[in-house]
Amino acid sequence: MLQKIYDWVDERFDITPMWRDIADHEVPEHVNPAHHFSAFVYCFGGLTFFVTVIQVLSGMFLTMYYVPDIENAWRSVYYLQTEVAHGQIVRGMHHWGASVVIVMLFLHTLRVFFQGAYKKPRELNWMVGVLLFFVMLALGLTGYLLPWDNKAYFASVVTLQIAEGVPFIGEFAKTLLSGDPSIVGAQTLTRFFAIHVFFLPAALFVLMAIHFILIRKQGISGPL
Amino acid sequence: MKRGKGMKFVGDSRINADQQKFTPKDYSEYPGRTEAFWPNFLLKEWLVGAVFLVGFLCLTIAHPAPLEKLADPTDTAYTPLPDWYFLFLFQLLKYKFASGSYFVLGALIIPGLAFGALFLAPFLDRGKERRPHKRPIATSLMLLAFISVFWLTYEAASAVNWEEKAENNKAVWPDDKPAVEIDTTDPGYAPYENSCMACHGGELEGTGAAPTLIGIDFTAEEIMDIAVNGIGTMPADQFQGSDEELQQLADFIVSVNEQAAEE
Repeated sequence: MLQKIYDWVDERFDITPMWRDIADHEVPEHVNPAHHFSAFVYCFGGLTFFVTVIQVLSGMFLTMYYVPDIENAWRSVYYLQTEVAHGQIVRGMHHWGASVVIVMLFLHTLRVFFQGAYKKPRELNWMVGVLLFFVMLALGLTGYLLPWDNKAYFASVVTLQIAEGVPFIGEFAKTLLSGDPSIVGAQTLTRFFAIHVFFLPAALFVLMAIHFILIRKQGISGPL
Repeated sequence: MKRGKGMKFVGDSRINADQQKFTPKDYSEYPGRTEAFWPNFLLKEWLVGAVFLVGFLCLTIAHPAPLEKLADPTDTAYTPLPDWYFLFLFQLLKYKFASGSYFVLGALIIPGLAFGALFLAPFLDRGKERRPHKRPIATSLMLLAFISVFWLTYEAASAVNWEEKAENNKAVWPDDKPAVEIDTTDPGYAPYENSCMACHGGELEGTGAAPTLIGIDFTAEEIMDIAVNGIGTMPADQFQGSDEELQQLADFIVSVNEQAAEE
């Protein structure tokens, strides 16, 4: 029965080559911790992806309760944290995941750097990876404001002051981010929310797709 | 080129049969013991992921995500701090050579050079060698950057009293206290100011030392007794003044409570 369904879809969709691309390959010895324990350093990239999936899923559930508005943002987070069943765990996953993903990204970057794995032909993938790092930092920066508590508000005020200090484009950048040349308020919160939930994840998914396609095309770098 | 398991990769989007510009080695051509990704290796990855997830969930249960009190833009005493992974940039901007008239150096040029070099690393480190000790410049620069970031983060974090900060900014529901307009011309306000305000606050809202006086369930007589004899952790003889002032004080507190109850 299953085989018949598979064949029916395969006839129309030609899944088999895609399946081969995704799953049908061999894992070489030098990246397999079962053979060399030191190969655990190759896990950091995968763990980064795993935590990113946690972030996406927990974030989707958080938006079911979160209200991006200065009157209700803090109250909705407080309600989620204290009243909603398992809300504390979901928010905890998103909060701690934001830190763990940075740690994992950092370790993954160090692994690739010290192994010289960015050398030809993998230059492009390294640059995509560094862009992913920047996007992830920007996600952390914009997400930090959303609970609208004291630390969120004042951290964002300082961030926007730093942005304002940049010569030539500073004031424009600040107004673009905060919605007003001088007020950090309702507009700032909605803009950070939109950037955090729509713009940056879109960039993240595109870059991740390129990152993974390049890995599958080029394969893992050989042993040192 | 050989293929694992003797497969034909007809229609495989990875390899164009006509023009083979760059074809990586098939994994089965690497020396040593290869393992099939599906399902053998994936199962092991799955197990590692499960263990990681359990540890991660333990973290979220043991340490709930912090939430400070509702943002108060008028709170001038608050020390702004970014999330921990931006602390190194925050710390850099505190130094004299990177702030004030050198702000552009600290905020743009130094981080720009560091992250720009990271971004362009493959074009700056072009040699064929991959081992870290065979490319000393790249390795030492990365180590230097790592140590600097670590040290700057440590410097920034150690200057903060985290417990005190968390204690002063505990999350409290902002509507807990009903807004009551305090009539400062009330004859009972002057004795309140003299004897009670230091601990119970200018608007009877309470402070760290004593609770709010709004929403209490005491008669004027009981309030007079408490002001003189104390209650709970409140010591006796807090009230200083005449008996008439004591009566006015009690009436004032009762009137504020009546006003609050109406709203």
